[in-house]
Amino acid sequence: MHPAPSVIVFTSISGLGFGYFIWLGLGIPDLYGWEAFAAFFVAYAFSVGGLLASVFHLANKKNAIYSFSQWQTSWLSREGVLSVIALLAFAVFAIGRIFFATALPVFGYIGAALAILTVFSTSMIYTQLKTVPRWNMPINPVLFLLYAISGGAILATVGGALSGVVAGVLILILTALQMAGWMMGDKRLSESGSTKGTATGLNTIGQVRLFESAHTSRNYILDEMVHIIGRKHSQKLRMISVAMLGVVPVALLLLLPSGLIVTLIALASHLVGVFASRWLFFAEAEHVVGLYYNRD
Amino acid sequence: MTHLPTHTEKKLGLVIDLDTCVGCHGCVTACKGWNTQNYGAPLSDIDAYGADPEGTFLNRVFNYEVAPADGGASQTVHFPKSCLHCEDAPCVTVCPTGASYKRVSDGIVLVNEDRCMGCGLCAWACPYGARELDYDAGIMKKCTLCVDRIYNENIPEEDRVPACVRTCPAGARHFGDLGDPESDVSKLVAERGGMDLMPEQGTKPVNKYLPPRPKDTLDKQPPKALETVAEEAKGFLGWLDKALEKL
Repeated sequence: MHPAPSVIVFTSISGLGFGYFIWLGLGIPDLYGWEAFAAFFVAYAFSVGGLLASVFHLANKKNAIYSFSQWQTSWLSREGVLSVIALLAFAVFAIGRIFFATALPVFGYIGAALAILTVFSTSMIYTQLKTVPRWNMPINPVLFLLYAISGGAILATVGGALSGVVAGVLILILTALQMAGWMMGDKRLSESGSTKGTATGLNTIGQVRLFESAHTSRNYILDEMVHIIGRKHSQKLRMISVAMLGVVPVALLLLLPSGLIVTLIALASHLVGVFASRWLFFAEAEHVVGLYYNRD
Repeated sequence: MTHLPTHTEKKLGLVIDLDTCVGCHGCVTACKGWNTQNYGAPLSDIDAYGADPEGTFLNRVFNYEVAPADGGASQTVHFPKSCLHCEDAPCVTVCPTGASYKRVSDGIVLVNEDRCMGCGLCAWACPYGARELDYDAGIMKKCTLCVDRIYNENIPEEDRVPACVRTCPAGARHFGDLGDPESDVSKLVAERGGMDLMPEQGTKPVNKYLPPRPKDTLDKQPPKALETVAEEAKGFLGWLDKALEKL
């Protein structure tokens, strides 16, 4: 699949923002006044910024408003609706804490639950697609949620509200599961049972080989779904990703005394790792329509 | 809502004969022509006369070579591919705006262009590459089964079939109601063993493909080598044979 910057930024940044919201909703850290303003500003900047990035993926933005209408059937629609409700719940929660020094924990808990559902819906936009076997497996929603919660945990360590050990352990679990996810994903296309033979129905006769493609130039299908450039360095990128999203932040959080500088460096490294891993999430994903174009 | 209908009154679709198709791309051209001049946003071309032309098409013809498992001669199969108007169309349910829908009256899968926001998720959900986003209009385009021809009382009756079917010079494309077991297309599918593409995807395509007919094979054994009629030479050749052996 085409690793479009808009969707990589969208899933990474909005996940981090909603992950931070989950912790803020639980009262970790328990902030009021200017400190609360700063924390909620960061959470809103990441989540809303990510959602705005997704709009750049649309070819016909003027109809984007209709995307809130199909929540009964479409995960993309559910994601839009849930994100708006979650952000509204947190608006009440944040106003109470910033201006009235009031905790309003119910709004925090509801907001945290909605933030979890929002990230889950984001993951299901991809996981629901049978056409992309690497995405169509149960570990992907788990990974999306862990990315959000552990990224948010790094931010929640500011001021010592959450211990670096908790954040470090969460990131260790995330890194281990991400490596497991990559290995499971590598086998998914062959496990799906789809081949050139089933795609053309000609497997009943014999071995199928592409003789001539239907078109000599590129088209939307190839641009979007038969992207192969990103796979060339996939092993190197996996190692870079593991180091940046996992090893470096864990070492910083567990070995160094906590402080704003350490947290910011850990977060920066983690984000670079998340971007690399999201690049791979798209670039490595094989769409079964590629079977019609397969020259092997 | 982009719910799929539980039942459609008809299942209009195409039956494509892979045995008869000659791979002329006539259907591709007729489709592009009709659907550029009629319903919906035109199928655009980008850099049409430049070095790197590309465009939107709703129907494309691939060519495959199939090598039989028993080691016989390979054969070339021309393979037209367009929307299969699936009963369980995954492209419809993923649509966030309600632009994609499947009609209850005839089962045709369509895009409401006034609602499409061009997110492309429906194209991702389709295993067959049947949906192409038009780069000029920013709208998802797909085969409409020529809804603006098949019910059009302003054109002669023989033209009330999809443009690809009307133009096919080999008679390799057939149009009809695949939900009616007594229709010509249903009988053809039953007779020729019509098949689904990627059945493991669970999309239940309405369009069917007729596999190439088995190739002819020789029905007699090739003639044997001539049998020896004389074991021992006689006469002059017999004398020569003996004389040469004594040397």
